[in-house]
Amino acid sequence: MSKRTDSNLYTILFATGMVLVVGSLLAFLASSLKPTIDENKRIEKQQNILYAMGVNENDESSAIFVSKDKVGAEFSKYITKQLVIQGTDVSEDDNAYLIDIKKEQTLAKEGKERRLPLFVGEKDGKTFYIAPIRGKGLWDAVWGYVGMDENMVVQGAYFDHKGETAGLGANIKLRFFMDDFIGEHLKKDGNFRGIAISKSNNDPKNEDKTDNEVDAIAGATITGDGVSAMIKSELRKYVSFFNTLKTN
Amino acid sequence: MGLLSKKDAALITDPFADNNPITIQVLGICSALAITAELKASIVMAISVLFVMGAGNIVISLMRNIIPSKIRIIAQLIVVATLVIIVDLVLKAFQYELSKTLGAFIGLIITNCIIMGRFEAFALANGPWRSFLDGIGNAVGYGVILILVGFFRELLGSGTLLGFPVLGDPIEKTGAYAFGYENNGFMLLAPMALIVVGIIIWVQRSRNEALIEEN
Repeated sequence: MSKRTDSNLYTILFATGMVLVVGSLLAFLASSLKPTIDENKRIEKQQNILYAMGVNENDESSAIFVSKDKVGAEFSKYITKQLVIQGTDVSEDDNAYLIDIKKEQTLAKEGKERRLPLFVGEKDGKTFYIAPIRGKGLWDAVWGYVGMDENMVVQGAYFDHKGETAGLGANIKLRFFMDDFIGEHLKKDGNFRGIAISKSNNDPKNEDKTDNEVDAIAGATITGDGVSAMIKSELRKYVSFFNTLKTN
Repeated sequence: MGLLSKKDAALITDPFADNNPITIQVLGICSALAITAELKASIVMAISVLFVMGAGNIVISLMRNIIPSKIRIIAQLIVVATLVIIVDLVLKAFQYELSKTLGAFIGLIITNCIIMGRFEAFALANGPWRSFLDGIGNAVGYGVILILVGFFRELLGSGTLLGFPVLGDPIEKTGAYAFGYENNGFMLLAPMALIVVGIIIWVQRSRNEALIEEN
């Protein structure tokens, strides 16, 4: 290494130059790719919501979404209403699916009233109510969409995560886990109970649909607890809405 | 390898066996433990590191005469972080599904000590071509161990390979499970990865004479 590069002045100049070059390069790249990335995220949300009401292209074992070019048409075909629930007010909003659940959760923490999006879908004469949920896994956020009927019996579920361990917690987005939720009751004797991810329910094939439990994934205890917790705390907020459905 | 001189070829083959970054230098262990519970993740990680290491070594090698020695570690870190962020952004924009699969690993690549180790030990003192070979060699040496560990952990821990059940269905009790075989859930946890790496080191050291130490 030559002597020239050892001087303090050179070091400072180099550091400044490098930060400027790298900073502007990344800023340029990030802002020019942002529209494409946002569009991808929007499409993904539509795909997730459709998945939770059973509109997907699943083969025998893996979860496959409606393809990217079809999703817009499918979304407007199957999703008949997008509701926003705020306290006791229920309003319609065609862009409710773009509501950022994370931001709404922060609002709630600050004591403000959050908006709860709920998507109403129709398929084969059946009505589906799909609610987004979001919580914490072991490493980072976990989230998902749960499709329910008017009695809060799960009709379909999609889970995803930001950084759960591959092969363990990351398996919450695999069919064998998500499919266990289908048919599972969120209520017991009329009271909201949620669905717990259980290691001791003695029901690995998940035949008992009214025990409010599904079988856990080995080695993913904390992620499973996170999923249980988000189902319980997020879907509980919709209970009063579902109660109004019955009286109507 | 007609293209490469003997010395250059050694840059690729050495880290593969005699100087493997994981089993001999014991670098990059963190990711070898964290993500090898399934084979697919191991392969994805191996390929990602291959790209970042090859490109990073070239960039550092080109900059080797202008990087001030006092802040060289920081400069190296910036180079690898920038590369990783660029890859991440481009994937998110054009290969969204793939970027979701890679999501967890992208961050892990930055902290991979092999990358910093090769920047510091090799790229700072050698030309771009040789640095590139060194990067590829080390990434392959790392990847092979990762895939080996992932293979055994997924097979013995979940009874599957790349997600396909190869030993039958543990719930329906078919295939090997019909004879009372059980998956070893412990294989899925990090301690068993360390033990698998240990066994690989043991086999390698007992077979490779160059590595047998004299008492």
